[in-house]
Amino acid sequence: MDDITTSRPGVHESAVKHVTGRAQYIDDIPEWPDLLHVATGKADRAFAAILSMDLSAVRQSEGVIDVITTAEIPGDDDIGPVYKGDPLFARNEVQFHSQPLFAVAATSLRLARQACARAQIEYETFVPIVTIRQAMDAASFVLPEKSFVRGDAGVAISEAEFSLRGEQYVKGQEHFYLEGQVSLCVPDEDGGVLVYSSSQHPTEVQKLTASVLDMPMHKIQVEVRRMGGGFGGKESQAAALACTAALFALRTGRPVKYRMPRSDDMVQTGKRHDFWNRYHVGFNQRGEIQGVELDLAGMCGYSPDLSEGIVDRAMFHADNSYYYDSARITGYRCRTNTVSNTAFRGFGGPKGMIAAEAMLDDIATVLQIDPLDARKANLYQPGRNTTPYGQTIEQHVLPGLVDRLENSSDYRNRRRAIAQFNGSASHFKKGLALTPVKFGISFTAKHLNQAGSLVHIYADGSVQVNHGGTEMGQGLYTKMVVVAAQALGVHERRIKVTATRTDKVPNTSPTAASSGSDLNGMAVLDAAQQLVLRLNEFTAGHYGVPIAQVSILNDRVRVGDVTYPFEEIVKLAYLNRIHLSAAGFYKTPDIGFDFEHGTGRPFYYFANGAAASEVIVDTRTGEYRLSRVDILHDVGRSLNPAIDLGQIEGGFVQGMGWLTTEELSWDIDGRLLSNSPANYKIPTAYDVPEQFNIALYDEDNNEDTIYRSKAVGEPPLMLALSVWCALRDACASITDYKFRPAMNAPATSEEVYRCIQVARASMQ
Amino acid sequence: MSKTHVTTTINGDVTEFLCEPADTLLSVLRNELQLTGTKEGCGSGDCGACSVTVNGRLVCSCLVLGVEAQGAEIGTIEGIESAEKLHTIQEKFLEHAALQCGICTPGLIVSTKALLDENPDPTEEEARYYLAGNLCRCTGYDKIIRAVLDSAKVMRGAA
Repeated sequence: MDDITTSRPGVHESAVKHVTGRAQYIDDIPEWPDLLHVATGKADRAFAAILSMDLSAVRQSEGVIDVITTAEIPGDDDIGPVYKGDPLFARNEVQFHSQPLFAVAATSLRLARQACARAQIEYETFVPIVTIRQAMDAASFVLPEKSFVRGDAGVAISEAEFSLRGEQYVKGQEHFYLEGQVSLCVPDEDGGVLVYSSSQHPTEVQKLTASVLDMPMHKIQVEVRRMGGGFGGKESQAAALACTAALFALRTGRPVKYRMPRSDDMVQTGKRHDFWNRYHVGFNQRGEIQGVELDLAGMCGYSPDLSEGIVDRAMFHADNSYYYDSARITGYRCRTNTVSNTAFRGFGGPKGMIAAEAMLDDIATVLQIDPLDARKANLYQPGRNTTPYGQTIEQHVLPGLVDRLENSSDYRNRRRAIAQFNGSASHFKKGLALTPVKFGISFTAKHLNQAGSLVHIYADGSVQVNHGGTEMGQGLYTKMVVVAAQALGVHERRIKVTATRTDKVPNTSPTAASSGSDLNGMAVLDAAQQLVLRLNEFTAGHYGVPIAQVSILNDRVRVGDVTYPFEEIVKLAYLNRIHLSAAGFYKTPDIGFDFEHGTGRPFYYFANGAAASEVIVDTRTGEYRLSRVDILHDVGRSLNPAIDLGQIEGGFVQGMGWLTTEELSWDIDGRLLSNSPANYKIPTAYDVPEQFNIALYDEDNNEDTIYRSKAVGEPPLMLALSVWCALRDACASITDYKFRPAMNAPATSEEVYRCIQVARASMQ
Repeated sequence: MSKTHVTTTINGDVTEFLCEPADTLLSVLRNELQLTGTKEGCGSGDCGACSVTVNGRLVCSCLVLGVEAQGAEIGTIEGIESAEKLHTIQEKFLEHAALQCGICTPGLIVSTKALLDENPDPTEEEARYYLAGNLCRCTGYDKIIRAVLDSAKVMRGAA
């Protein structure tokens, strides 16, 4: 009998299907002969009134079966996930370039797209707001500003021995999930719709589809088996496709697929926010921060979408891992005539943290100390352990973790070697940085911290597990097999996790905020424990022994000194009319936040990590290579080390892309220029570090999480801040570290070259 | 629009299909022949999710027309395994956990096979360079490169 433990390198549950091409994504579902395909007509202005829209040529175009505009929507045309403001199709005003104006259902995608091009639209064009600065100047916001305030930061800064100011512009990021947005809708016999959606939030797709169609949620079923990547881009953005396809399905009585070609996906769906950060900090000779004033302005695009929580999370993470004695942290939610920006792995957190990291490097430069020493002087520690929003840090993982990484990465020796190398006459300069990550785990919207599950034991002893989380490659289903097997005491091969469906587990939260295994794992555990109790009670009664003498372990049921195969007891239980199905539920305890006063305990716990990155820069061109990365990351007690290591590696590289080569750009008319993988560069196999050492920091979670594990989805992304800091370090080396040029993100070769020029100019 | 009759060989099997002149090989494979292991990532030849071989040469099937398959030998992910037995490359991708969402995986495996057919003993640098045309947004590539180099080693030993 195989050993059943929570911690063993397991293989992703779909891996064999992945490597053979048999894993079915929505676009792979065999097409019905009467299937219709959807395309949308897009605005070619960023901000305009629609004076007239003549769609007669569209309707007459070859293959067109149906055309819809906002007027054809039977229910609510607004699909805003939290606040209103996201019309499915433009009403009488265009709010961003490429906004959908109408949709066409045709017998092929090509014919649908061809028809869309025949629309005759007259606009009255206005001057759009397309940058954060324009929005700040015009006081153009989607939601009001908020601040976290502790003490009087202004006074603390003015009384400090040293103070400095800085600013940075940090661009957003395209998700570039390899599977684009897609939905397939099939009308049912009751006038409802079965929706296949590539969505991280099936319940919201269900809710919005029902509301667009003006029908109760129980008439809409949403199924998500797997996504080809999500990264936050399919939290709210998937709904528009489902709503559109469902409306066509209902109107035509035919199955309808809406799959966005990459070129549409890149211009029509939201991205990570651009941020403009400004900081003013006071500190003492030891580098300890005494007061901070931080202004974080996020580019939300034309509507709120999830931007309230995203800018909140930037504010919650503007301390990264550092104690700010006094602080005023203000977040602005700028309204621009661009696509509405949305969730992306880290959810605003990275944008606050990069301000903190820039500030720490600046402090080190003023004091002429190693940036790592400035960081260590400010890490949360006993006595200096409350965040600007009043939460106490209870588990001090980082001081020990950073020390260990400092040693294992040989930081000090490498720092000396780099100083020597940089002192030579070479055109090449090296940079090194070790940066920590502390990331709060829980949805800051408290009600989302709940989950459900449904576990069946069939009469043959096989087990089916269903839960509210979605699989986007992160290995959630694989982890849920581990949880169920451990909780039931049976072998993993008995267990099958089935597609996430709104008719199996209702009212679910998005698979987001790194919460998938935390929340759903506890819900699966709850259901499994109910079943174990029922089975044990039955077995004890059946064999006439005290329940304490019954247990399920290693796939067998022990009754006193005798053991029986699990399936034998299950069959007996069934014949004796024992209920072998259970619904599980979980809600995260001990969390809550007072948004009015900006204090509370929004996070159940924190996940931690640190990374040391070394770069080599060609000062003649700004081109660079990442030569070595060492990562030590805290996942609590790992549910699956292979999967967790994959999340860390992948998160780091995705963060590295955001901070180095991935550059979103809009022209002054609000047209997205970075609209294809040819002009928007995500990392390739050739761009990742030559030496890439990743280790897990083994320490159980203090909190009672699923088998003492910690969330791992988002936190590793921010480990890549070490790459950005190392590039800035290389630029500073030109001045013998007397001056550290302000660097924007991404640090493309062009940006690094600009910083090198600024550094050189500072010496004249 | 009139369709063209094409006779080709796919994974060793002689195959016929009808397609329009503008249909890509990708769309023919997926929609006419139900070979959906080949994925569309970008449709512009930049991501490698639709990688197949045409007469042994690695191509993006979104940049090849269906009619160009006439008389050619096409290799897709469905032809990598033999008689229900996984290919060494597939085994190594499993062993090294070199996948997450899995949608780039078929393309990467087809590309890896093409690499190792051309160069059975690539350096890490050569492997990284060759596979730079296959984008993966989940893994960070390190596990993929380990799987590729390990496959090469085993396949050299087996040959």
